[in-house]
Amino acid sequence: MTEDSRVEQDPPSRDALPRPVVQQRRFKESLIWLVPVLAALVGLSLVIHNWMQTGPQIVVSFQSAEGLDAGKTPVKYKNVVIGRVKNIRLSSDHSHVLVSVALEKSAEGFATKGTRYWVVRPRIGLGGVSGIDTLFSGAFIGADVGESNQSQDEFTGLEAPPAVSHGALGRSFVLHSEDLGSLDVGSPVYYRRIQVGQVASYKLDADGKGVSLQIFVDGPNDRFVTASSRFWNASGVDLSVGANGLKLNTQSLAAVLAGGVAFQDPPGPHDSTPAPQDTSFQLFDDRATAMAPPDGEPHYIRMRFEQSVRGLAVDAPVEFLGINIGKVVSVRLDYDRKMQKFPVLVGAVVYPKRLGSAYDKLEALARERGENPDLSRTIGRLIAHGLRAQARTGNLLTGQLYVALDFVPHAAKATFDPDAKPLTIPTAPGSFDKLQEQMANIVDKLDKVPFDSIGKHLDQSLAGLDATLKQVNGQTLPAFKHTLDGVQQTMGSANEALSGDSPLQRNLGATLEQVQRMARSLRVLTDYLGGHPEALLRGRRADSPPTVQAPPNPPRQEDKP
Amino acid sequence: MTALPRAVDLGLIGCRVCGLVCRNVAGDERLDGDGVGDAMACPRCGSALRRRKWNSYARTWALLIAGFILYIPANVLPIMRTASLNDIDDNTIISGVVELWTAGSADLAVIVFVASIVVPMLKFLSLGMLLVSSRRGSDWARPQRAKLYRLVEFIGYWSMLDVFVVALLTALVRFSVLSRVEPLPGVIFFGLTVVLTMFASMSFDPRLIWDGRNTDD
Repeated sequence: MTEDSRVEQDPPSRDALPRPVVQQRRFKESLIWLVPVLAALVGLSLVIHNWMQTGPQIVVSFQSAEGLDAGKTPVKYKNVVIGRVKNIRLSSDHSHVLVSVALEKSAEGFATKGTRYWVVRPRIGLGGVSGIDTLFSGAFIGADVGESNQSQDEFTGLEAPPAVSHGALGRSFVLHSEDLGSLDVGSPVYYRRIQVGQVASYKLDADGKGVSLQIFVDGPNDRFVTASSRFWNASGVDLSVGANGLKLNTQSLAAVLAGGVAFQDPPGPHDSTPAPQDTSFQLFDDRATAMAPPDGEPHYIRMRFEQSVRGLAVDAPVEFLGINIGKVVSVRLDYDRKMQKFPVLVGAVVYPKRLGSAYDKLEALARERGENPDLSRTIGRLIAHGLRAQARTGNLLTGQLYVALDFVPHAAKATFDPDAKPLTIPTAPGSFDKLQEQMANIVDKLDKVPFDSIGKHLDQSLAGLDATLKQVNGQTLPAFKHTLDGVQQTMGSANEALSGDSPLQRNLGATLEQVQRMARSLRVLTDYLGGHPEALLRGRRADSPPTVQAPPNPPRQEDKP
Repeated sequence: MTALPRAVDLGLIGCRVCGLVCRNVAGDERLDGDGVGDAMACPRCGSALRRRKWNSYARTWALLIAGFILYIPANVLPIMRTASLNDIDDNTIISGVVELWTAGSADLAVIVFVASIVVPMLKFLSLGMLLVSSRRGSDWARPQRAKLYRLVEFIGYWSMLDVFVVALLTALVRFSVLSRVEPLPGVIFFGLTVVLTMFASMSFDPRLIWDGRNTDD
């Protein structure tokens, strides 16, 4: 209160107020500016750090950006992050996506020519599972550095991971095959059932008539691929029934399911120098074909069958006397205007070399005769001897047919033009066809049997029978019953007559007794006559005291009638 | 000059601690509380006697600039990593806002946007404006500027919202592989920005608003 009043009352008496103490400041300059300087330094260091870490920026084009995420998806090499996707945009023609990747400073070497980029996604195949970790972490871009030092910043991404990473030891080879089969990139390559490599890539041949596979055999096993190695498709199960029983031949289970390639040197002497890089090999369908001696030149032949060839499929074997010499390549229907028939044209490829020494001898024979030792001439001679093509049943269960070239006895004479292209072999109906024909004949005859009228007659007869039976039921049977009653009556009286206490029975007993008695006296008589035969003439002697039994006997004898 | 006298006009200075009113050592500009020269001390309690907060302009400017510098990395760097089973997501402040917005939580997005972007920016602008206008001794809208200052000071605490969100989530969402929230460097810069702007607003002396060449009412 007093202060207030004093302030109000005497503002001029300022001098009465205490004077503040003056202190010397230690720091003349304000230290507060250190704070923004420090902040600026921190900011600057961040910028510098960022700038130091920024590597080259590259653009990779992919078919699709599936699984890629701008700002997140990493680029990895050997599972080390070397960059990150910055942004994703469509190419100007919308045909693919352009993925901008900011590589790290340390990964400058990846922005060079030859580096491959691909998207690692989970892939689950029969051959195995890869990229399973990306199920959880999301897809990432894999990288494989090339050898070149030439820098490049635009890349075309691979759609599938490369099977072989750069710088791997080993060699690659090229296989030619008719089709890919169940092989795929990454399919294993086996040598003596040990996996030694894999299929790196495949592509159609330029003419579209085959497939070229590039395989990579890892070192050091690549030295087993020699100039004479044979490759075959090891997919599937090879089941063979031989004289030794059932034989199942497979590679590993994975190969059975997913396919694979196996190789081995053929038995016997062969060139065993290691094959150089990128040597071309033929890929055979199975081991047996691969290991078989070379087939030689294929020949195309054609057969014209008049009957149905149901069951004859492409790839069905062509056999000559039971030896497989080729296979069916086409089955086509034709129309014959003159005969108004549909003959079937079957094309086949045969390898005469498979006949072995037989063919050599035939050839030699033809040469001896001064003829052209050509297949057409040789075959012409054989046809003259009855060689015919037959479509035979190879399997009764499935009804599959094969083409048999066989000598048919009493074959109808066939025309053969050895100069025709393609070579046409005359045909004969097969045994099964004959059987069928005969069956058809029988059926025809059966057809002629007048089942209709037989049935009608049978029906009439049955009606007559029915009437007869009615008559039997209505008349004969009651009469028969009557008769039976009479019979029963007769039987009853007979029974009565024969019962134990019937007069007949008693009379019969008395009569029998009489007969018995008579028989006894007859015996006495015979006995007496045995002893005294003269009695027949002289009669019985009156005095015969010695016979004791005699006196009782005569009266009995006299009793007799 | 016709207005009511201020303490400085009367040559008086009050101790902020013990309330003693002293004589301002008149005419000695060096000792004016805003200067950087030698300081006066209360003869009774010994605390520094200042007409205005010490070195207010310079301190406020320095802290404000430092805060602004740090505000750049706070926005550029991600502040939070949300890692779930199959996804790792680094979010900056603005990407978090966008994510919330696109996810349908428009209300949350607005709150975060206001707390993390609008408020700090307003603080920078308001404080900067206050500093410039006070330095120039402008007499434009003084009461409103005073109100603005009080608003800025009050609102300052709430800017820490983002930091708290990250701290809470980091502590709460720890389900190992399934889901995880980790703070990233951005949040440190953001926190520093908020702290520095709070200091800046604290070091600004609102009385400077009224220190003008032309004094009215």
